[in-house]
Amino acid sequence: MVVDPSIAYEVLQILHNDESYDYCVDVTAVHYPKREKQEFDLIWILYSFAQNERIRVKTQITDGATVKSVVGLWPTANWLEREVYDMFGIKFEGHPDLRRILLPEDWKGFPLRKEHGIKQQDQAWVQANLGIQSGQ
Amino acid sequence: MTTATSNLDLHEDKTFLDSTELILNMGPQHPSTHGVLRVILKLDGEKVLGAECVIGYLHRGVEKIAENRTYTQFGPYVDRMDYVASVSNGLGYCETVEKLINVEAPPRAQHIRVILTELNRITSHQVWLGTHALDLGAMTPVFYCFRDREEILKIFEKYCGARLTTHAFRVGGCQWETYEGFEKEVLRLCDFFEPKIDEYEQLLTTNRIWIERTKGVGVISGPQCIAMGVTGPVLRGSGVKWDLRKAKPYSGYEKFDFEIATGENGDTYDRYIVRIREMRQSVRIIRQAVESLPAGPIMAKVPKVLKPLPGEVYHSIEAPKGELGYFIVSDGSLQPYRIRVRPPSFVNLQALDQMVRGRLIADVVAIIGTIDIVLGEVDR
Amino acid sequence: MSTQFTQYLQSTLTPGQAGNMLWATIYILVIFAGISLCVVFINWGERKALAHFQIRLGPMRVGPHGLLQPIADALKLLLKEDTIPANADKVVFWIAPFIVTTAAFVVYLVVPFGPQHAVTDMNIGILFMLGVSSLGVLGIITAGWASNSHYPLLGSLRSSAQMVSYEVAMGLAVISAILMTSFTPGVASGTLSMIGIVEAQKTQGVWFLFKFFPLGLIAFGVFAIAMIAETNRAPFDLPEAESELVAGFHTEYSGFRWSLFMLGEYAAMIAVSGIAVTLWLGGWMRPFPNLLAGSVWDTIFSLVPGAFFLFLGAVTLYGTARMPKHPALRIQTLGLGVFGMAIAAVGLVLLVPAVRVRVQDIFWFMIKVAAFIYMYIWYRATFPRYRFDQLMRVGWKVLLPISLGVLIVTGVVGLSPELLTWLKGVL
Repeated sequence: MVVDPSIAYEVLQILHNDESYDYCVDVTAVHYPKREKQEFDLIWILYSFAQNERIRVKTQITDGATVKSVVGLWPTANWLEREVYDMFGIKFEGHPDLRRILLPEDWKGFPLRKEHGIKQQDQAWVQANLGIQSGQ
Repeated sequence: MTTATSNLDLHEDKTFLDSTELILNMGPQHPSTHGVLRVILKLDGEKVLGAECVIGYLHRGVEKIAENRTYTQFGPYVDRMDYVASVSNGLGYCETVEKLINVEAPPRAQHIRVILTELNRITSHQVWLGTHALDLGAMTPVFYCFRDREEILKIFEKYCGARLTTHAFRVGGCQWETYEGFEKEVLRLCDFFEPKIDEYEQLLTTNRIWIERTKGVGVISGPQCIAMGVTGPVLRGSGVKWDLRKAKPYSGYEKFDFEIATGENGDTYDRYIVRIREMRQSVRIIRQAVESLPAGPIMAKVPKVLKPLPGEVYHSIEAPKGELGYFIVSDGSLQPYRIRVRPPSFVNLQALDQMVRGRLIADVVAIIGTIDIVLGEVDR
Repeated sequence: MSTQFTQYLQSTLTPGQAGNMLWATIYILVIFAGISLCVVFINWGERKALAHFQIRLGPMRVGPHGLLQPIADALKLLLKEDTIPANADKVVFWIAPFIVTTAAFVVYLVVPFGPQHAVTDMNIGILFMLGVSSLGVLGIITAGWASNSHYPLLGSLRSSAQMVSYEVAMGLAVISAILMTSFTPGVASGTLSMIGIVEAQKTQGVWFLFKFFPLGLIAFGVFAIAMIAETNRAPFDLPEAESELVAGFHTEYSGFRWSLFMLGEYAAMIAVSGIAVTLWLGGWMRPFPNLLAGSVWDTIFSLVPGAFFLFLGAVTLYGTARMPKHPALRIQTLGLGVFGMAIAAVGLVLLVPAVRVRVQDIFWFMIKVAAFIYMYIWYRATFPRYRFDQLMRVGWKVLLPISLGVLIVTGVVGLSPELLTWLKGVL
């Protein structure tokens, strides 16, 4: 299901409250740099125990736009959204504790974006914290 | 509806620490936490008020690597995430790619996959049982579990050459035919292993001290589990009878007859019983799979160079730790555009904060053990 | 002096009672050396037994079947760097291990290895033992305090709380045993002296374990559990557990000082087992002294020490025969063979009538203590660890009421003949 970002939260709310999609399986994103606007695909995968049905809700947002956090609906989204922020830099408003989860807190750069090279690292951080001169 | 789990407000409240509160750091290097996991505990004396996990010490950027490898090349990387249950990881990945290219593995391959995956479930639970018992002070079960695990690893080694990171399956089926005497050995292993489960139970299930250390510890209710997205034995221990092998069968599981083990109270003891019962059910499934192993090809018709059509697919399996999901986006090229792994340990670990509140420090170790996390999977 | 030496050999009193300072000193030195040797062997035995419980072999390389392993460990510990934490209180840091070890060893002043084989026989023997073993707690607290780090301090406080709680239960169980000594017909009162307690068991013709069945058994059970908690061993070893968060009181100790703590712990284990054997298992008496009485049975039982050592020697020599025939193992095989011959020789010596009469008591005592030590190791292999609050609960809410109850019931049951006659007189 592809929805417009403006109504994404309402749709998710309806799915949660009325359609008993009580289990948020995953929150993730995909980066399409070649699209001029709305480079990010934001995907929620939900599952309903009662109906034994899985549904994928997708929305497309621009770089820098923020999305409403679904932590109020599914507490499991807490860490999942933190990881999306960590890897892509998408901010979620209303998230109680939006900071990096897998990478160190003061790391610069968002690795899963397409422009980030596979061998690229935050060399300043590595030099400062690990004492490796080359930064690698 | 439970509110979102909050962090410990460590960043704002550092100067406002109540004098009775203590922040204790169970650092990344610790004999108990299975892997490099840092848990920051907020204590009131010995009672735990909250726990915060700092992860990422084992982050290897697997998802980024996936974008630079072909589908076949990415196969071995998948094993290394949950390195204890690597066959399951491989199964999930191969099935997801097969869904993407719309190919189904032939029945013989499916049966072989089921046999190896269930054997892997047993080994994963054995590692869990040994290390969990060791954390609680029982020194002997770990040796028994690892000794019996050797037999299963021997079968893995004979089949695909590797014991731990097996890379046993390929997209479209299995690469290797079962070796001479495979069925006989597996059946003999089943006969050998069932009394061993009784042995483990003899040591622990009715042991007074074990019961006292695990009953009532780390309680999480069914609705809380669902809200936190916790799956696997943790969810079943809380009474929710849900197993992906029955709810959304894959790889021929619908042909096999087995029960879903559930607990009642959602405490550590129930999760222990659930996993023991799962081991028994796995033996049951293996026996059925071996007895009904059909003849036929082991590999479907898959092009040598995998170039799926553009599209997305999400598929998940019941790994020993919970729901392991793969979300693959393809843009029509040789390399996947995005692979997202939904790791069960990552989501299960979120529930740690809720489970340790109000318990003592000595229980934190038990609770981390009972969630059964593998840091390779948490961090990828 | 030589008259002192020879004159004592004919006496039937302990050196302390006889006032024979020479022999008393000899006994003290022998006990000190002997217990230290025992600790070494227990270390080896624990590692091997634990390993076999866990389906592995244990030390095999250092000496044949790891027999020289404890010596290697001791050497290593002696040569290790002796570290002291930066702001630690140096004097206290230095004395703490000595307090623990001394407290453990002083108990041996009253432990009776035989009717005259004890350093002395105080008529308040049990009281002395209970008092001195409590002093070990002081050593543990000072160790934790002197380390100047709050994890060892917390660990030591926990350990001391545990020891103190279980001493209460232990003491009450001990009182039950002493109460039983006063039921010897014809003797006016009971006794606190260790030798007197064994004599009472002899006169009453029953090990206190089986007296007023099951009361003696329950009291023994309470003492057995309490003594494990007393010595900080599994399943009550939370204060020194490796996988728990708060490390134990001996974290900051390395090298020789740490080995002193271990020496103290194992010596306390043997001492407390010795007390249990004295109080409930008939001390140095051979099995069935009254049931299988007579000189024939006496002779048969007196052959057991020699036979035991011969059996051990035979097992060792069999092991030697089974050693792989590899040139690298030649020295080990030779060593094991020599060791086996030595044990067999000891066994032969023990068969000599003059010797075996004297050695009987010590042997039976030590065999019983060895059984206890084996149980210690068995518990460590089998049980998970108790959490600290559960540990305290067991001590205060379970063992204490049981031991109190047993005490009261023992009193009532023991005095029941007199009570009945009194009742008859009244009614």
